[in-house]
This record gives sequence, C-alpha cells and structure tokens, in this order.
Amino acid sequence: MTSVPPEYFLALAGLMFTIGVVGALTRRNAIVIFMFIELMLNAVNLVFVTFSRMQGTVDGQVVVFFVLVVAAAEVVVGLAIIVSIFRRRRSANVDDVNLLKW
Amino acid sequence: MNIEVVVFGVSFVVALGSSIAMLFAKNAVHVALFLVAAQVALALTFLLQGAYFIAAVQIIVYAGAIMVLFLFVVMLLGVDRSEALIEPLTGQRPMAVGLGALLAAEIVYVATKGSEFVIVGGGEGALSALNEDPGNVKALARTLFSSYLLPFEFTSILLVVAIVGVMVLARRIGDAGFLRD
Repeated sequence: MTSVPPEYFLALAGLMFTIGVVGALTRRNAIVIFMFIELMLNAVNLVFVTFSRMQGTVDGQVVVFFVLVVAAAEVVVGLAIIVSIFRRRRSANVDDVNLLKW
Repeated sequence: MNIEVVVFGVSFVVALGSSIAMLFAKNAVHVALFLVAAQVALALTFLLQGAYFIAAVQIIVYAGAIMVLFLFVVMLLGVDRSEALIEPLTGQRPMAVGLGALLAAEIVYVATKGSEFVIVGGGEGALSALNEDPGNVKALARTLFSSYLLPFEFTSILLVVAIVGVMVLARRIGDAGFLRD
C-alpha cells in the first residue's frame, strides 16, 4: 500500500469533479457535456477507492463496480437520445433543444 | 525519494492537466482523447491504493469500451461543427468559473481537514491483508455475491432496460417498425 496520505487523493478527486462541473456548465455540445459527466463519475470513483483504503474493506470498490455499470447504461441511453435529436434537428447543440422552455 | 510518491505525482499532474485541457479543447475528438488520458492516470491512482481489479476494469471498460462508443458517435455526427459562442444566458461562463473555483476550494478544504473525522474501520493494514490473503479479486467477489447480491441483480435489470430503451430510441420513424407489427 502506498505511503502517500489519502488526503492528496481526495483533493485530486475534488479538483477533477470541479473541472467536470465547470465543463458541463460552460460547453454547448451535448456529447462534450456527456464527457464531462463521465469525468465527474470518475472523480467520485477515486473518492470511493480512497475511502475503501481508509476503512480497510473492499465495500468501496464494490460501489465503484456499480457506478461503472450505471455509467455504461447512462452513456448508451444518452448517446441514443443525442443521435435521435441530431436526426431531427441536424444539431447536437443543447441550446437548439428549447421546445419545452418556459 | 520514494517511488510511490513519484508515481502519485505523475498521475496527479497527468489527471489534472488533461482535465484542464478538456475545458479548452475546441474539437470534440480532442476532448475525448484527453478524457482517456485522465482515466488512465486515475487507474494508476487506483493501483497505488490497492484496488487492482478496479484499475484493470477502469482501463478496459472506461478507457476502452465507453470512450470508443463516444468517439463512434462523435464521428457519426460530424466532428467539424464549431461550437456556438453566443450565450443565451448572459454571464453564465464567468459565473460557472467563479462558482467552480469556490466549489474546488470547499472540497479541497474538506478533503484535507475533514478526513480526521471519518470513521476509520480496520485501517489501511486491513485492506493490505485482504489483498494478501484471499486476494483482491476474491475479496471483491465474496463481498459482491454476499452482502451486495440484491443490488447486483438490480444492475442486470438496469442493463436489460437500457438495451430495450436504446432499441426503441434508435429505430427510424418511417421504417417498417417492429412496434407496429
């Protein structure tokens, strides 16, 4: 096991999560927004692995396993939605999808 | 200097640098490639902390399968579309960057100061012992198929629902649809 203290890993995960939030809020391409969501999920996975190390059990790693499955399902359904939006509107820009906007 | 510190430093710089590069890359393909670099660096940090199986799965499933799916859709929709620079909501970008910096400061503060309040069970030695005696994969399997068996079954339902949903979403409207037959 590493001698690097777990706080450093938690700080790295927090910084990556923040970058994911900022990217998802500022970018306009739907696929790029999805990639930033993936970055946030990855950062949370690092938090789970670090907590698993601090607690001394593998339960955190099992949770990472479930996060992975949910992320795969989310990507598949989300990309299918983006493709079907692109077929109708010829655009993957999230600002063009404003039919339900109040 | 300790080799583990060097490995952590390299993965820290690569993960953070490629995440920041994702923010500034114009091309969607470049964003995807920087994300792959960040994920490989994260797999290194998993290895450092004794999560060997998760590190392998991270590279095979995330950096392999999911990112290939992303690149496939990027190529399908066309890569040369430039992103619109007009903002429907004025001041959204500066607000996002400012609040993001605030969020980063909060999270890093909690991560460095608050971890002493986390209830530590067996500590790091317990995980090392688990990785030694039954092995990482065996310990994971025993936990997954005993205490987490019901959530595991639910994930199979989730995957079936996702497959059916994608089949419904991806059909063409004008085709001889399988739903009408």
